[in-house]
Amino acid sequence: MTSLTPAKDIMPPPTERSTVLGWMKKNLFGSIGDTILTFVAGGFLLWLIYAIVKWIFTTAQWAAVTDNLQLYMKGQYPASEDWRLWLLMFLLALVVGLAWGIFLKRAEAVGWVLLIIPVVLALWLISLHREAWWKFLVVDVLAILGYFLGKRYPRKLARPTYILILLYMPLTILIVRGLGENGFMKLVPTNLWGGLLLSLLLAIFGIVFSFPIGVLLALGRQSKMPALKMLSVIYIELIRGVPLITLLFMGQLMLPFFLPAGITIDRVIRATVAIIMFAAAYMAENVRGGLQSIPKGQYEAADVVGLSGWQKMVFIILPQALRAVIPVLVGQFIGLFKDTSLVALVGLLDLLGIARGILANPNYIGRQLEVFAFIAMIYWVFSYGMSYASGRLETSLGVGER
Amino acid sequence: MTFKKSDHGAVPFWRDERYLQIIAQVVVVAALIALGYWLIHNLLTGLEALGTPLSFKFLGLTSQFDIGESMIEYSRNSTYTQALLVGLLNTIKVSFLGIVFATIFGIIVGIARLSKNWLVNKLAAIYVETLRNIPLLVFLIFLSTSVFHKLPRVKDALSAWGWAFLTNRGIYVVWPRPSGGWDVYKWFLLGAFIIGFIVAAIKFREGKKTGRMPLYWLWGFAVFALVAAISWFIAQFMAGPPMYLDFPTLQGRNFKGGQSLTPEFMAIFTGLVVYTSAFIAEVVRAGIQSVSKGQREAATAVGLSSFQTMRLVIFPQAMRVIIPPMTSQYLNLTKNSSLAIAVGYPDLFAVGSTIINQAGRAVEIILVTMGVYLTFSLLTAVFMNWYNKHTQLVER
Repeated sequence: MTSLTPAKDIMPPPTERSTVLGWMKKNLFGSIGDTILTFVAGGFLLWLIYAIVKWIFTTAQWAAVTDNLQLYMKGQYPASEDWRLWLLMFLLALVVGLAWGIFLKRAEAVGWVLLIIPVVLALWLISLHREAWWKFLVVDVLAILGYFLGKRYPRKLARPTYILILLYMPLTILIVRGLGENGFMKLVPTNLWGGLLLSLLLAIFGIVFSFPIGVLLALGRQSKMPALKMLSVIYIELIRGVPLITLLFMGQLMLPFFLPAGITIDRVIRATVAIIMFAAAYMAENVRGGLQSIPKGQYEAADVVGLSGWQKMVFIILPQALRAVIPVLVGQFIGLFKDTSLVALVGLLDLLGIARGILANPNYIGRQLEVFAFIAMIYWVFSYGMSYASGRLETSLGVGER
Repeated sequence: MTFKKSDHGAVPFWRDERYLQIIAQVVVVAALIALGYWLIHNLLTGLEALGTPLSFKFLGLTSQFDIGESMIEYSRNSTYTQALLVGLLNTIKVSFLGIVFATIFGIIVGIARLSKNWLVNKLAAIYVETLRNIPLLVFLIFLSTSVFHKLPRVKDALSAWGWAFLTNRGIYVVWPRPSGGWDVYKWFLLGAFIIGFIVAAIKFREGKKTGRMPLYWLWGFAVFALVAAISWFIAQFMAGPPMYLDFPTLQGRNFKGGQSLTPEFMAIFTGLVVYTSAFIAEVVRAGIQSVSKGQREAATAVGLSSFQTMRLVIFPQAMRVIIPPMTSQYLNLTKNSSLAIAVGYPDLFAVGSTIINQAGRAVEIILVTMGVYLTFSLLTAVFMNWYNKHTQLVER
């Protein structure tokens, strides 16, 4: 046997890629067919860019968008209470900064990706008050402060950060909804929640609350107890077999019947319940994928060291399984964010609902293209941003690999 | 180290896991039954109080509303059941056509996404990433309001060389229709199909025997086409031309002839096809990329052409990876067709919600609708599991 040179010592062969012309020859004009393809595709692309740019700058009338930015972003949430949304933003920046500083020590470039989230959200709010640019600065300062604090005192701050992350959801509900009838933090009824604010809240509620249910269902489906297993399977397959819109309709039209007479539930909550029920079934299947990826040896090892059934799950299996499915869960979150647009069909004023409302205004008749292009862009920025960020996180942290 | 079995009897039953499991299950099931009973009791009494006790008898009443498009006989004097049937058929129609076209487009885009040509590759990437990151509902409403309802009016219809006309009332395309010779010709067609099938089967068996598989389906199709073409002239000689092309023409205020496609159908159909094709493209790409590079190199080494490599080596292996996610895309498309309500296409769900508004029977209609979608899902799952097993058998 001759010894081989270790792979890392072999230089890659010289390529044509090094020159522009070489690159073009290889990637665009490799053969006659390739050349034709390049010209057709290039021509199409140029025409498309020309048409879009021309439309944006000459034909389109953006009044329907620019006049109503507030509505798109937060519906009819009262302007006097905007500071509460900013407060949430500040908190988010702090949490993300801390988490970045504490947990991502060795992958600092990744932090920038995480930082994008509060920055984008802040950009959203800045469109509400263009004069309030200083709040935007505060967001950044808090994020950076959090980062340095977290980096400096990782031990001391780890526990408070965990608690903050866990508390962030209930705090969000509390701050957005408010406390009492009037005075400080007065109650903002849910029918005033709208626009992107409502879309985001629905998606976040959906994913956060469906998570524990989904994990339980996944465990139930894997369980050896026949009754539990059957119930889990029935629930999961039942929900996955019907479209979300039927569940939303059920929530709006049937839920009131299921409760004793006299009890009414808020429309937003009804939609949220439907979304959570829907998301839980998909969550269960995703988690199940993670559970199945755990080698049998892990279960056996846990048995050998004498852990009980639930100890085995909580300390050995679930942490590994959940870690393995993080990328899938991000994907599910993006899907859920897009799916929240369906609540517009049951009369809630989320981003799409608001857009339809604005188009019904006689001042903006016939401006569908502008309005839909605008909201499609918002959805796109958020969805693509999240999938890009999670992609970067996965590659640099090795999440999803085991 | 060994455990002493004799200790086992000492464990009291309330700490014995076997008993605990049974008790836990009994408790959970009992709690769920109690909860279910309570909910259903509330539902039934609530409906009773409203004067509309749960029953499906109302489905026999006349509907008294019109439906824009229907594949079967329907009028406002028909029953609710017939209305639901119209909706169901419309759902099946748009889902079936949607699946066929989305698959074709998805495969094309997926392959373009793997193209060595940088520009083609990037164009496909833009297509996929744009569509995958916007909600389908936004896309559908956009297509409906900004594209298909914004086409020119009938009198200034956009014409595609007279073969198709695009208007805001719908799209009219030329369509083959049976004429005099059809009665004879359809038997010829059946015969041609059988002969083509037999030829394909013979070629297939030949391939199995010799180990050199010919393009048996292409053989079958070629023979079918040849026989069909020859018999066309025979039928024409016997009883006149079997089919003619029905061109749409402007008569008065609207187009006559040809096949008309309503803007509502076009919006939901195009929306589903374009949107799902982006997801299918990713499925196809992932499937092809999952076949290891060595397979391709080995195929090249034994002298297969690039087409043969694709057909005989890459594709069969990619199929195994592709089928499960493809199934769920098909199911998604079918379930997403319920969004037709947003563009005004009368699918099952849209018809159902009209009935809810009219008859006030929300519970019954929602149950029926969910039942139908559930049946679709289960049927597809059963079929695809069977197909999946069928292809998995190829495994080493």
